[in-house]
Amino acid sequence: MTANTANTSDNVEKFMDIRSVALAKILDEKGQGLKVVGIYCTFCPQELVLAAGAVPVGLCGTREDPIPAAEEVLPRNLCPLIKSSYGFALTDTCPFFAFSDLIVGETTCDGKKKMFEIMQDIKPVHVMQLPHQHKSPHSFALWVEEIRRLRSRMEEEFNVEIKDEDIWKAIDLVNREKKLLKDICDLNRLSPPRMSGMELLTVTWSSGFSHDKEVVVEMLEEFKDKLESREIEPDAAHKPRILLTGCPVGLGSEKVVRLVDELGAAVVAMENCSGYKTLELLTDKNGNDPVVALAHKYLNIPCSCMSPNPYRMELLDRMIDDFNAAAVIDLTWQACHTYNIESHEVKKLVKGKGLPFLHLESDYSSSDEESLKVRIEAMLEMMGK
Amino acid sequence: MITVGMDIGSVASKGVLLSGDKKFSLVLPTGWSPRDVGEQILANLLAESRVELEEVDSILVTGYGRVSFDRAAARTVTEISCHARGVAALCPETGTIIDIGGQDSKVISINGNGKVLDFAMNDKCAAGTGRFLQVMANTLGMDVGELAAFEDPSAMVKINSMCTVFAESEIIGLLARGSSKGGIIAGLHQSVGKRVAAMTRRLGVKEKIVFTGGVAQNAGVCRALEEELKHRIVVPEECQFTGALGAALLAAG
Ligand code: SF4
Ligand code: SF4
Repeated sequence: MTANTANTSDNVEKFMDIRSVALAKILDEKGQGLKVVGIYCTFCPQELVLAAGAVPVGLCGTREDPIPAAEEVLPRNLCPLIKSSYGFALTDTCPFFAFSDLIVGETTCDGKKKMFEIMQDIKPVHVMQLPHQHKSPHSFALWVEEIRRLRSRMEEEFNVEIKDEDIWKAIDLVNREKKLLKDICDLNRLSPPRMSGMELLTVTWSSGFSHDKEVVVEMLEEFKDKLESREIEPDAAHKPRILLTGCPVGLGSEKVVRLVDELGAAVVAMENCSGYKTLELLTDKNGNDPVVALAHKYLNIPCSCMSPNPYRMELLDRMIDDFNAAAVIDLTWQACHTYNIESHEVKKLVKGKGLPFLHLESDYSSSDEESLKVRIEAMLEMMGK
Repeated sequence: MITVGMDIGSVASKGVLLSGDKKFSLVLPTGWSPRDVGEQILANLLAESRVELEEVDSILVTGYGRVSFDRAAARTVTEISCHARGVAALCPETGTIIDIGGQDSKVISINGNGKVLDFAMNDKCAAGTGRFLQVMANTLGMDVGELAAFEDPSAMVKINSMCTVFAESEIIGLLARGSSKGGIIAGLHQSVGKRVAAMTRRLGVKEKIVFTGGVAQNAGVCRALEEELKHRIVVPEECQFTGALGAALLAAG
């Protein structure tokens, strides 16, 4: 290993530490009145939270541990992400949840919106009514109103005034963060890719847990520099290039990313929402109402909850070309109807481009690792690995 | 060139030794140790073919228990690729392989060279696998190998439950109400056939269709599959050995 590779790996580890550093900081500042807002999904306009002077923290829902507890209340055949999210809240085992003064949820899929109703018993949850159409004017009007409602709720809850200029500042900060994340992901367009699948996941997923966006932006800048000059074993160029799409994946639910790595292929890009899904969507800074600007950005997110959801197919189509993917894996969680059904469209797109397509349906347990492995391996064999 | 291919399945383990144009094959129940059965098959194949271990050029293992056979010299390949290769050798011009084993069922679409074009696999649910028939045979007080001989399609009783647990109680109810055993068995075969036919159609049906795996020995399931898919289905004589044969062939390449 050359000096530079070692350095870059150290940098990836720094991202793994984000959570513990953030926790220590939050614990420290909580006494001085720091407000924390727990968010579950990329639809939550975190710019507003920042403008309120509060810290938006990602609540993960990517681990299996609290699922049995959640199943005492929720049905078993529910998506593991929802069960895990609720389980952490119920068992009080997620410190970020414990520190949150307010939880923000959205009516994305049915499972989530009904779960948020029950979660109210544990913490105050503000649920935003997300309309499910990207383009219609009434959807847009509703979403603008919903963002305004969140703004007032936080002003009341935290006893602050959220000023337009602060929202614009936050917009700039989040834009910078997304831009950097995109630049970093884009380095994997190169052959050999600059990051392994697990590194890519660690960096993109962990940045969401920070207590201070300025700090993350600095870390990302430094990481990008390191990555640009990273020396990669030339052999890595022969690894089959895989694009991963589907339900959200994080550390704790990374098994497919890990298996692909272990089987000698490379996840070069992830379209999921912890990955590339939102990275092209920067908020336009030229308008005169920051709430309208935010509404534009967020209503474009190509989540399968949107109906129809053409932008996801456009994005995938371009990503397959840009990242020179040799195959696509669509990982959907059991009982996630929207992604499971949309898999049909993804399959048509991918096969239409003449690439192998593998739809994997799984949950957070390790019980099906063997059979996932057989499928992934068979696909790689099929590609003539 | 001498090669050995082994397919260590959940219920039965198969081995094929190829030496020049001679072929030796054997099957043993997997039992509780996939590792031991692999060693056993290798030893028996060597004894039968009078080949010394040192003379074997390459060993390739596939199937559910492939990773537990940890001889340094042995490579592993998935059963999907092995079945494709094996079937292409036994039945030239195959387009679609339907393989139903003890624990899973799979459909593989191949080209003329035995290259996999696409595949689908069910191993999450016992319905549509040998396991389903095994449980039902127990409920009927029969051996799973006897099912086909006793089926009576003319008196077919529709089995509504796909789930093994529910199907079991459904059958107990049907027996209590006096439905004929033969009709029930035909219904069970139909149920497996329906399930697997749906998986096949998802992938696209391409002639010729070859049916392999332990369950391919059951003529009733083959009949049901033909009815459901409205296509003729070929069952190679060595339908249990296609995985192991494919492994032995791939070991050479
Ligand atoms: S997949 Fe959709 S609903 Fe789920 S976290 Fe991502 S954006 Fe939110
Ligand atoms: S993965 Fe699917 S079911 Fe689960 S929360 Fe996201 S959209 Fe809802």
